[in-house]
Amino acid sequence: MKAVLEGSHAVSEAVRMARVAVMSAYPITPQTHIVEALSEYCADGTMDARFICVESEHSAMAAVIGAASGGVRTFTATSSHGLALMHELLHWASAARLPIVMAEVNRALGPGWNIWMDQTDSLAQRDTGWIQLYCEDGQEALDTTLQAFRLAEAVNLPVMVVLDAFFLSHTYEPVDVPDQAAVDRFLPPLDPRIKLDYGDICAMSQMAPPGVYMEMRRDIQKGFERVPGAFAETEAAFADVFGRGYGVMEAVACDDAETILVLTGTAAGTGRQVIDALRAEGEKVGMLKLKMFRPFPVREIRSVLGGAQKVAVVDRNFSFGASGIFAQEIRAALYNGKSHPPVFGYIAGLGGRDVTVDTLETIYRMTRERETPEAESVWVGLN
Amino acid sequence: MTEPAPAPQDLMHPGHVGCPGCGAAVAMKFAMRALGEKTMLVIPACCWAIIAGPHPQTALKVPVLHTAFATAGAAASGLRAALDRRGDNETVVTVWAGDGGTFDIGFQSLSGAVERNEDFLYVCYDNEAYMNTGVQRSSATPFGTRTTTTPGKGWKAQRKKNIVEALAAHRIPYAATASIAYPDDMMRKFRKARSMKGGSRFIHVYATCPTGWRVPSEMTVAVARLAVQANIFPLYEVEDGVRYTLNASGDRPAADYLQVQGRFKHLTPSDIEAIQAMVDEDRALLRRKIEMSRGEG
Repeated sequence: MKAVLEGSHAVSEAVRMARVAVMSAYPITPQTHIVEALSEYCADGTMDARFICVESEHSAMAAVIGAASGGVRTFTATSSHGLALMHELLHWASAARLPIVMAEVNRALGPGWNIWMDQTDSLAQRDTGWIQLYCEDGQEALDTTLQAFRLAEAVNLPVMVVLDAFFLSHTYEPVDVPDQAAVDRFLPPLDPRIKLDYGDICAMSQMAPPGVYMEMRRDIQKGFERVPGAFAETEAAFADVFGRGYGVMEAVACDDAETILVLTGTAAGTGRQVIDALRAEGEKVGMLKLKMFRPFPVREIRSVLGGAQKVAVVDRNFSFGASGIFAQEIRAALYNGKSHPPVFGYIAGLGGRDVTVDTLETIYRMTRERETPEAESVWVGLN
Repeated sequence: MTEPAPAPQDLMHPGHVGCPGCGAAVAMKFAMRALGEKTMLVIPACCWAIIAGPHPQTALKVPVLHTAFATAGAAASGLRAALDRRGDNETVVTVWAGDGGTFDIGFQSLSGAVERNEDFLYVCYDNEAYMNTGVQRSSATPFGTRTTTTPGKGWKAQRKKNIVEALAAHRIPYAATASIAYPDDMMRKFRKARSMKGGSRFIHVYATCPTGWRVPSEMTVAVARLAVQANIFPLYEVEDGVRYTLNASGDRPAADYLQVQGRFKHLTPSDIEAIQAMVDEDRALLRRKIEMSRGEG
């Protein structure tokens, strides 16, 4: 059924249909619409679930860790400072191998207080052992949230579904909301591989001395190595039921492209328009929309970008003392590949500043005009 | 409400890795005798995160969820919610936390959880400092104590936080103190807490730490008894935040308690007098509360 939904509500609809049993969250703009809707579903009986109203994001993640350890399907949502406060427990959730799903609405970190779009919050969590999937629009947010549960439960790793603040979380779009019966076909009830129980009494997340710790870390990485296959399987099952798919990334007009723009989130929607316009002018330009950030799809990155003459990465984030984070990762991915086109890094759209058609066209022309990058990062659109 | 039968056997394996004379290990043994095997423990960072044993061993015969330091109240809330969804109404989710994880870093998540009146038992075994990390001051450390962060002349000059009063202020169904020197009283309170399902129960257990307090390990129970007899740690219960009942206390001088412990050896007679005055003041306050709740009776 088609409905006009806010991006936040695309997520909450997916969580409802995923039959999540325990949710917990703490309010932070711009994530609140997600958990307000879910609270309402618990209150009016639409969902047979418990929503735990905790006193902080740290406790929200702790509560879903407790619930997931009890063997039920769990969900939380946060943003920015809330995600930063959760940081310790992001490590805990992944190392405990708990299939928790979290919606994370990309928002800038203060000071100064800024509630608007910026990716540094989620990208700063890249080493916490969470799968990260970035969404372009409301449909992708709904679909990715549903897929996230199946993927998380297949590999026993937590999944972060990432949405742009306001550009996605608060934007209304037509979204195809599937039937519950179809969702049930795609997403069977959780059958946890590990849970606290009396049949096989165990201690979870206990002390791990040097003799076992390293193997445990290697096992988490083995889980990550299973993600590409599990994600492909998830997408195939999703396509079987719903006829849609996204891939770990999407290459738009890249086959003969001399210059490829790398974009994420809602900026990819703008990118599609820019590619069409530039192609109409005869420019050999393509776009790579990156959806999966962890695990980083190195093989696919090399395959798509290795053939280009120049790569321009647009980062709505920044790692101080280094560069844009997607650009860093892409440079690293290309280095050991067969070919390494120069990677031009651009910083744009921080703290809610818009990334417009003009912004992307400017970035494209700057890239075309230069043989090699003059710096690791060029800041675009500064006042 | 019938009380569950005592566990047929101790629910601790021999061979835990606590220090000799560890009061917290004795406390666990008594607590588990009263709680029985349908118990799931939630243990944040504390001595018991170590005492329970390293992977792949466990010193306990019930399921244990180890959690991050600040999170016991929240993690236990989540586990309870999951068990409710699973239809398990029998298990008592029991937090087993030290004073740091209760009085200090874990206080926020504890306060949040008991404000929601979560259906769990929260036990703080209190050894009055960060013992696991090498005897650093906590807000449970009493006035006059030397620790590694209140050393020498910089001994702790602040009073111990009254955690039971803080919990009672949340109007939870049950808050109590208990001591390893009074096992019958302690196990009665654990059985009572077990039977009071549906809301938050809190038990503050006095747990001697021979290592951190500098007392001989064979003095563990004797020191705990002195704490009650000197009214340093009176045994009492608070129901619904207002109804107080005194179970045990005494009139021995505080000096009897202080002088057997290395952590208080530096105190002068006037320091000890000051502590006695605080103890007397606390005793009078507790008596007034007990009398008030009798009056409301």
